[in-house]
Amino acid sequence: MSTESALKVLTPGDFASDQDVRWCPGCGDYSILAQMKKVLAGIGAVRENTVFISGIGCSSRFPYYVDTYGIHSIHGRAPAVATGLKTVRPDLSVWVITGDGDGLSIGGNHLMHAIRRNLDMNIILFNNRIYGLTKGQYSPTSPLGKVTKSTPMGAIDNPLHPLSIAIGCEATFVARSIDVNIKHLEMVLHRAAEHRGTSFVEIYQNCNVFNDGAYNFATDRETKADTTLELEHGKPLIFGKDRNKGIRLHGMDPEVVELGKGISEDDLLFHDEKAPEPSLAYLLSRMRYPEFPEPIGVLRAVDAPRYEEMLNGQVAEAKKARGEGDLDKLFNSGDTWTVA
Amino acid sequence: MASTTTSVETHKPIIEVHSATVRFCGDSGDGMQLAGTQMTNTSALIGNDIATFPDFPAEIRAPRGTKAGVSGFQIHFADTEIFTPGDRVDALVAMNPAALVTNLADLIPGGILIVNKDAFDEKSLKLAGYSGSPLEDGTLKAFQLFSVEMTRLTRLAVEGLGLSVKEADRCRNFYAMGLAFWLYDRPLDTTLRYIDAKFGKRPDVAEANRRALHAGYNYGETVEAFASQFRVNPAKLTPGKYRNITGNEATAWGLLAASKRSDCDLFYGTYPITPASDILHELAKHKNFGVRTFQAEDEIAAITSVIGAAFAGAMSVTGSSGPGIALKGEGIGLGVMTELPMLVINVQRGGPSTGLPTKTEQADLLQAVCGRNGECPAPVIAARSPADCFDVVLEAWRIAVRYMTPVFILTDGYIANGSEPWRIPEVDSLPSITVTHPGPITNGDKYLPYQRDERLSRPWAVPGTAGLQHRIGGLEKQDITGNVSYDPLNHEHMVHLRANKVAGIANDIPLQEVDGPEKGKLLVIGWGGTYGALATAVRKARAAGGAVAHCHLRYLNPMPRNLGEILKSYDKVLVPELNLGQLRLLLQGTYGVETVGLNKVQGKPFTVGEVEDKIKELLA
Repeated sequence: MSTESALKVLTPGDFASDQDVRWCPGCGDYSILAQMKKVLAGIGAVRENTVFISGIGCSSRFPYYVDTYGIHSIHGRAPAVATGLKTVRPDLSVWVITGDGDGLSIGGNHLMHAIRRNLDMNIILFNNRIYGLTKGQYSPTSPLGKVTKSTPMGAIDNPLHPLSIAIGCEATFVARSIDVNIKHLEMVLHRAAEHRGTSFVEIYQNCNVFNDGAYNFATDRETKADTTLELEHGKPLIFGKDRNKGIRLHGMDPEVVELGKGISEDDLLFHDEKAPEPSLAYLLSRMRYPEFPEPIGVLRAVDAPRYEEMLNGQVAEAKKARGEGDLDKLFNSGDTWTVA
Repeated sequence: MASTTTSVETHKPIIEVHSATVRFCGDSGDGMQLAGTQMTNTSALIGNDIATFPDFPAEIRAPRGTKAGVSGFQIHFADTEIFTPGDRVDALVAMNPAALVTNLADLIPGGILIVNKDAFDEKSLKLAGYSGSPLEDGTLKAFQLFSVEMTRLTRLAVEGLGLSVKEADRCRNFYAMGLAFWLYDRPLDTTLRYIDAKFGKRPDVAEANRRALHAGYNYGETVEAFASQFRVNPAKLTPGKYRNITGNEATAWGLLAASKRSDCDLFYGTYPITPASDILHELAKHKNFGVRTFQAEDEIAAITSVIGAAFAGAMSVTGSSGPGIALKGEGIGLGVMTELPMLVINVQRGGPSTGLPTKTEQADLLQAVCGRNGECPAPVIAARSPADCFDVVLEAWRIAVRYMTPVFILTDGYIANGSEPWRIPEVDSLPSITVTHPGPITNGDKYLPYQRDERLSRPWAVPGTAGLQHRIGGLEKQDITGNVSYDPLNHEHMVHLRANKVAGIANDIPLQEVDGPEKGKLLVIGWGGTYGALATAVRKARAAGGAVAHCHLRYLNPMPRNLGEILKSYDKVLVPELNLGQLRLLLQGTYGVETVGLNKVQGKPFTVGEVEDKIKELLA
């Protein structure tokens, strides 16, 4: 590595590849790509030490558009590809880019296992609640009743909720953001990059061709303050244009309350992203529009042992205990005999 | 072939024979695999050539005493070089009626039949489908029947050790071993050492097994029933130091050796499946060799983790059996498309679908050669015997890194579980495998991930190397730049490039050798685990005057350059396979030659006799 390149501070533009970006005009993916490049520059990422791995789908074209190493792999398997890579090369910064179909349908199994192993990598799930690349079938996150080409009478599969699944798999970092909320998105991606362990980020992302406006409730200037809730560690759950609404626990269940009228901030639920028990994070992941404002930000950020460290630790431990493997010794161990 | 001499050490005469085949069979909980393995190790250590055939049910514990639960282990030991575990058995040890009824057909007329008399009760006889006891109705008169009260005698032998009846009965296999060891004049010390090592933490159990082993041995020596012992002298093998090895062990050790000789850490990503799992078990023991073993959540994660590890620069390997390889198909396609080196080991078993998990077959040849979408060429090489697995793995990895491609290794349940003596190589004498990764580009030049060398192989650039950032994936790539391309002519060009790259490997592999005359009436051609039966049958036929040659393929894709010429040098070509004619199809398609098939799909290997008969028929 030349000293010059090592000393150069990279800008977001340095992370752009020479490939034309071919998402539909107006696709939410553009914003995610832009924030990602900012975050990479911001965290001082080194291009050659960064790897993006994706599956199949619109989001999964992502690796072609960043000037890092990358694999555009096969449907749903990016977490497994990343596991092999990260296990062998713990020094690399590894990002998995996936979508709601890729990650939760065909790749649901791998997502679950990647999260529970807690390798130090970032899984970014673009959720537009539709199959875009295959032109508009419903996805695992499409709401019940969703009318699409493959569900002319409405979807009858109960939708999956990515954050609830991640928390169910004991994810150590779980967050959500929105494609057009660029400051927030940058913050969340930054936090994900800094987390040691698997970070799982869901990004509400608009598909203006096949599912336009799926997240209008959360992006509309008029309503978003009342329909989303920005989480902050240690702070009470307050939301609303006038910051006069909050979430309180009623028994085991959350309820929306208005501040004043005998209810103060101290009565509200306080966010604790470091809670060792994932119950609060799970509760937050189940707060859904229109009954509740949908939480954005970091739901959970805890520290736990990482798979690649434990595996490589076992290799190091075995070498220490038994010495570096000696083939001649192995071959000649046990019962042998000599023919003269 | 036998000569009688009187031994000074024992009371009974010892008959020297050139070879013997013994089979232990019993319930799947009776420890028959252990009995067979012990006799194998001892026979190997006294210098016999050996070949073994473990045969066990897929059910972990089928109901006791049923035919479904019968487990067997056959061992053939000889004072000459041998290639198979033997067609028929000279001595059969049957622990219960179900084992007797399912194995008796393989015992030679006049052969020694040792049964555990105590297990021939009414219930067990009924389970085995007997209406009366075969021990008493004269139906076994064609054999030398020794009906031994093994259960009672074992219990007596271990009396006073405080063992429960169940624990005492578990020592019966050592009693049976002791008797078989006496019969074939095998020393007990290897097994006594094994007992010390294995049961060291349970001194009472260790002592019980020792006593049972001696009791069985002394029974043979003392009881007047047995008129003589047999002896098989050491074989004249190539000088060197030997050990006994199974195919799966040899595969695992081959992987360790290839990793060492290419200075490339091994990553083994796999999902458990019979009969491939023992490769994982063996590798997992040797983490001090820098091996990372990854037990993935499924077969698809296994192969894709291997792709990630290959991209990272590791020696990446997955192992499975047919059904698992089927699941891996799409991932292997990605491996071919991304042109990353990796090994895919298929320990074949009976199929299709779940098929016969513990039984052997070689019906995944076309799956390996053709079983993916698109024009998706991958080299395929096959091991022919347990020890050969070691060499095949080294060769496969050499090809994988030299040509940047996934390489299939075919073994099968028969050679994976079977064992033979392995001449221990000097590690320094093993071929060294050169792996090169391009260095950093610092002058701003663009890295071209699909620029090829004279072998049409692309560079293996690994993350972390400055200036070589590039993206690979399943979409078709533009030649040289590696950019995504839908250009029709580029796709056709790339399809040809990948095909030519793999076809070119033919220039880098040895010419096919033929055992026997260069021209003649008949060529027997085979591949994989049928080697032993074919080689033995052809040599026997030639000894009887037949103009028969044998050629056994290691390289199945591409095939050796001279194979077409060889095939045309004989009047007839016989292709014996444990499938319905998959190699025949490839030979017909590649060389347009007429061939005759000998096909068997019974979950069992060929016997020498079956192949001999077919050869005789074709020579007639």
